[in-house]
Amino acid sequence: MELETQRMDCLTLLLKMVMRLATSIAMLTVIYLVGYILVKGIPNLSLSLFVWEYNSDNVSLMPALINTVYLTTLSLLLAAPLGIFAAIYLAEYARRGNKTVQMIRLAAETLAGIPSIVYGLFGMIFFVVTLKWGYSLLAGGFTLAIMILPLIMRTAEEALISVPDAYREGAFALGAGRLRTVFKIVLPAAAPGILSGVILAVGRIAGETAALIFTAGTLAKVPQTPMDSARTLSVHMYTLSSEGLHMEAAYATAVVLIVLVAIINGLSTLAARKLTGGFHE
Amino acid sequence: MKIVFFIAAWVAILCVALICVFLLANGLPAIGEIGPLNFLLGTKWKPGNDLYGIAPMIVGSVYVTAGAVLIGAPIGIITAVYMAQFAGVRLQKLLRSAVALMAGIPSVIYGFFGLVVLVPVLRNLFGTGKSVLTASILLGMMILPTIISLAESAIRAVPKSYYEGALALGASAERSAFFAVLPAAKSGILAAVVLGIGRAVGETMAVVMVAGNQEIIPNGLFSGVRTMTANIVLEMGYAAGLHKDALIATAAVLFVFILIINFLLSLLKGQEAQ
Repeated sequence: MELETQRMDCLTLLLKMVMRLATSIAMLTVIYLVGYILVKGIPNLSLSLFVWEYNSDNVSLMPALINTVYLTTLSLLLAAPLGIFAAIYLAEYARRGNKTVQMIRLAAETLAGIPSIVYGLFGMIFFVVTLKWGYSLLAGGFTLAIMILPLIMRTAEEALISVPDAYREGAFALGAGRLRTVFKIVLPAAAPGILSGVILAVGRIAGETAALIFTAGTLAKVPQTPMDSARTLSVHMYTLSSEGLHMEAAYATAVVLIVLVAIINGLSTLAARKLTGGFHE
Repeated sequence: MKIVFFIAAWVAILCVALICVFLLANGLPAIGEIGPLNFLLGTKWKPGNDLYGIAPMIVGSVYVTAGAVLIGAPIGIITAVYMAQFAGVRLQKLLRSAVALMAGIPSVIYGFFGLVVLVPVLRNLFGTGKSVLTASILLGMMILPTIISLAESAIRAVPKSYYEGALALGASAERSAFFAVLPAAKSGILAAVVLGIGRAVGETMAVVMVAGNQEIIPNGLFSGVRTMTANIVLEMGYAAGLHKDALIATAAVLFVFILIINFLLSLLKGQEAQ
């Protein structure tokens, strides 16, 4: 008992309180943010928000939702193969510590740190103006593809590295070449990890605004061709809240966006868990 | 096939080069035309009168980022200590998924939350709703998940013997965690904070919605403020000629800030690896 009181000195008590306080603040922030938007938004969810056409009376989010799917597909088609191939080079072919590899890593880290508005600006100068694509799905897709490339590269490389060397040695021992080993043995084993990174990238695309306003533009219509302007759900959310005319719809759109992103991130965690559960040696 | 993989790996380098070239090719001539000193130190941004001084925006970015770190770093690091050393398994799981949820929420949602919750509350308390303080609080919230998750793994990476040694010497669990384990995780925690700084400097949409965006050097916590990122996103839509190039030059300055932050980060990572 004496020992117990000695341990509970003032500083210890203070540290304990500070720790509880900090953790509560952090958690209350999330709970309040998500709770507030759900409570204010869910009552405003109505079928009219999901009709096909957007107009100034009924700010339907359907076109933006479809555009988000289009844009995600386009960016992934560009970035996923590139990112995975680059990861294969880094994990399976390159010699560790090689100069080129260091440069590639440095480039990927730099790309990962660039703010999305700088991507937006670059996309505008390069794809929209220099290549004369105009505000278009295509320009937005290419811009976002560059933005998610480092994320896919890093997660895919980590997934490939986590595949035990015994898998590769086994394949080599059976007479398979390097390429066959990579495609038939290593890639399938690393698939859940790679998938987890790709899904994470989908989440980033769905949440992106700054890189899209000046590349894909803000037209609230389902595009007929890839050269048409198209606003995604996040951009839609931004225009609604900055116009301030349809606040009820803005709350409801926020709910849809939060739920969408939460589901996407949940799927990513699920896929990652499958990977770590995979290798019991 | 090896060559295909090799080329794919080079795309990242190509992209960085392309971005640098385009920012510099458009930004440097503009800086030359305005005058480097007039551009970086000029306090007046009036595109209508051909005055392009971005000092207010640089100061704005620094203030808002510093505020965000002052708010986000202590809360984040202390929460990380609790998660790594004290929380039970179930609580840990819960906290971790809350942090993951927080990290995934798009910045436009944070901005919207700031606009409809923080701005009215702060307006009632202090008179101005859109200010340095509002932007700092919101950014502090946004960098929390980054700081918490990175600081937590840094704390976890400290060998158990540090904690046990301190306990054996008679220190309480809390004292051991804060005075033996935490200093040992120093470089990893610093890396977490630096990454948080990078996120705060680069954040755009959330800041635009709550900072007020006046192009003046803020004279206090309750003054409106415009960051470099906000400057770009607000005016890029209609800018032309030198005005547009001045915005690109703003992005180039921002890019230099990010490069410095990345450099610091790789230094810290190198330290951690040792």
